[in-house]
Amino acid sequence: MIEISKAFEGGKKAFVGFITAGDPTLADTKRYLEIMQDSGVDIIEVGIPFSDPIAEGPVIQNADVRALSGGVNLGAIFEMVEGIQKKVPFLFMTYANPVYFYGYARFFARCRQAGVSGVIIPDIPFEESGEVKEVALNYGITVIDMVAPTSEERIKKVCADSQGFIYLVSSMGVTGMRQKFDADISSVYARIREVTDTPVCVGFGISTPVQAGEMASKCNGAIMGSAIVKIIEQYGSKADEPLRSFLTEVAAAVHAV
Amino acid sequence: MNDMSKKGRFGQFGGQYVPETLMHAIEELEAAYKKYSADGQFNAELEYLLDEYAGRPSRLYFAKNLTERVGGCKIYLKREDLNHTGAHKINNALGQALLAKKMGKTRLIAETGAGQHGVATATAAALLGMECEIYMGEEDTKRQALNVYRMKLLGAKVHPVTSGTATLKDAVNECMREWTNRVSDTHYCLGSVMGPHPFPTMVRDFQAVISKEARGQILKKEGKLPSAVVACVGGGSNAIGAFYHFIGDKSVRLIGCEAAGRGVDTFETAATIATGKPGIFHGMFSLFCQDSHGQIAPVYSISAGLDYPGVGPEHAYLHDIDRAEYVPVTDDEAVDAFELLSKTEGIIPAIESAHAVAYAVKVAREFKKEDNIIVCLSGRGDKDVAAIARYRGSDIYD
Repeated sequence: MIEISKAFEGGKKAFVGFITAGDPTLADTKRYLEIMQDSGVDIIEVGIPFSDPIAEGPVIQNADVRALSGGVNLGAIFEMVEGIQKKVPFLFMTYANPVYFYGYARFFARCRQAGVSGVIIPDIPFEESGEVKEVALNYGITVIDMVAPTSEERIKKVCADSQGFIYLVSSMGVTGMRQKFDADISSVYARIREVTDTPVCVGFGISTPVQAGEMASKCNGAIMGSAIVKIIEQYGSKADEPLRSFLTEVAAAVHAV
Repeated sequence: MNDMSKKGRFGQFGGQYVPETLMHAIEELEAAYKKYSADGQFNAELEYLLDEYAGRPSRLYFAKNLTERVGGCKIYLKREDLNHTGAHKINNALGQALLAKKMGKTRLIAETGAGQHGVATATAAALLGMECEIYMGEEDTKRQALNVYRMKLLGAKVHPVTSGTATLKDAVNECMREWTNRVSDTHYCLGSVMGPHPFPTMVRDFQAVISKEARGQILKKEGKLPSAVVACVGGGSNAIGAFYHFIGDKSVRLIGCEAAGRGVDTFETAATIATGKPGIFHGMFSLFCQDSHGQIAPVYSISAGLDYPGVGPEHAYLHDIDRAEYVPVTDDEAVDAFELLSKTEGIIPAIESAHAVAYAVKVAREFKKEDNIIVCLSGRGDKDVAAIARYRGSDIYD
């Protein structure tokens, strides 16, 4: 597996990109993930679909529905990801139940085997993360911590032992494209910096290269999900070229900062 | 997993599994509940509303005709169906609405299955002058069309939820998403003893009035404790309310009746304790109906109020330590009980409550004639009449 820190080497701004595994098929996902790492995406988030993704807006909810109705499951996702020659760090993004159900130790052992560096599990907040972090650590897998615009006093404890990067949620609500962002990113970033040197990437609602560049300029990277998934929603199995050109453009905007 | 010493846990069950975006709101609620639940004035105000507005205390009625028909022990009905709005849901809705008001919130959101909790929340919002938006699975808006209109009449906005299975669990998802979106002026008035801490404890406390009254009433009428307390369990709020003050009385059997739908050996069931496995969902570690990959399974019951793939963490705990027993009751059995109670006592029960009546009729025969059992009649059945008519083959719509 590739260390997450590699994405931030030399003060580089990171472009973090997300797609849902199995949308529309696992074979497509494998090809799209390879396109992502060849188009300037610095950290790749592979979404493991869940029946009830409560932190997601409609775009990723629908991607989960497409993937699950295609019959995708965790075992097949691990195999697909394992088959990719990784050039950048890979993360899984999913919900607590599929991981708990699979078994924490079994899940993180498979992550390690598949060359996956870390996980993002939005419905396991800091207070409940002790057990999962302990098991993940045994297998050298990083659990990414999240900070919200309302975290305020919580930042101190949430970020104290953070690893990999901190996922700063730009706005209240769920994932999906937006015009405006709630959080004063610069001031939250400064607050996090009082606690830790772990890189900070901003996500939720970033949909254009310009927004990605602006967000990355205020911290260490920009996370994009729904806008990429939207392209797959539109083009299905024929999204290769539209994805390549969009991702290249976003990467250029982030890296120009 | 974690133990009882951890916050918001019932044994290993419970916890606070919500996104960081909600943690602030949850902590704020927890602090406010801690403060006001110990506040004499808050409790006096709530008691006033429960008594003068909702009609408490509810009666503990000796169902003589049903008892004679069954031929077992005495069957008492705790008449939550006689509360204002026709169900136990108002106990919790008034409690949370009053708390939210004290917290300076001006807007309530809530999920609803059968519509009873939506109606109760819309009622509390109207009474306390708050905005109200209800999320209801599209499937359920069709099954319970009259309740949708009722909520609108009370000034609430009703959002049909089309995501996922378009039933109760999806309505909860949508509420959590909406709450994340707007926490500053909004309280999520969760309708059952589920979700992240402090909801399972807070909702239980607001519903515990059921057993507090019932325990005193039965001692006065019979001079002894009941042999069993029987209640239906979806998320489990009327059941925990009916059990709570009897938990320490080891001689009292606590029996929760789950909706088995077409049977626990079919996929068309909502009996979580009978068929579910431990998992993490909707903010809690508890038992859930799920498939072989940890995806939450679609569930089915004739009752929209029991049509939920999980169960409150305190029930999972009471089951774990063998303090309460949980039994599946099928659609057929519930409909038979719905008709039986209507004909013998002139009381039309909610189809949810009919699940408890169905099992009570069976278990009453296990006890002596001089013994008694209490059935929590959690709601009235007017809302179900058209659906039961259709179940029996009449083409009636409400």
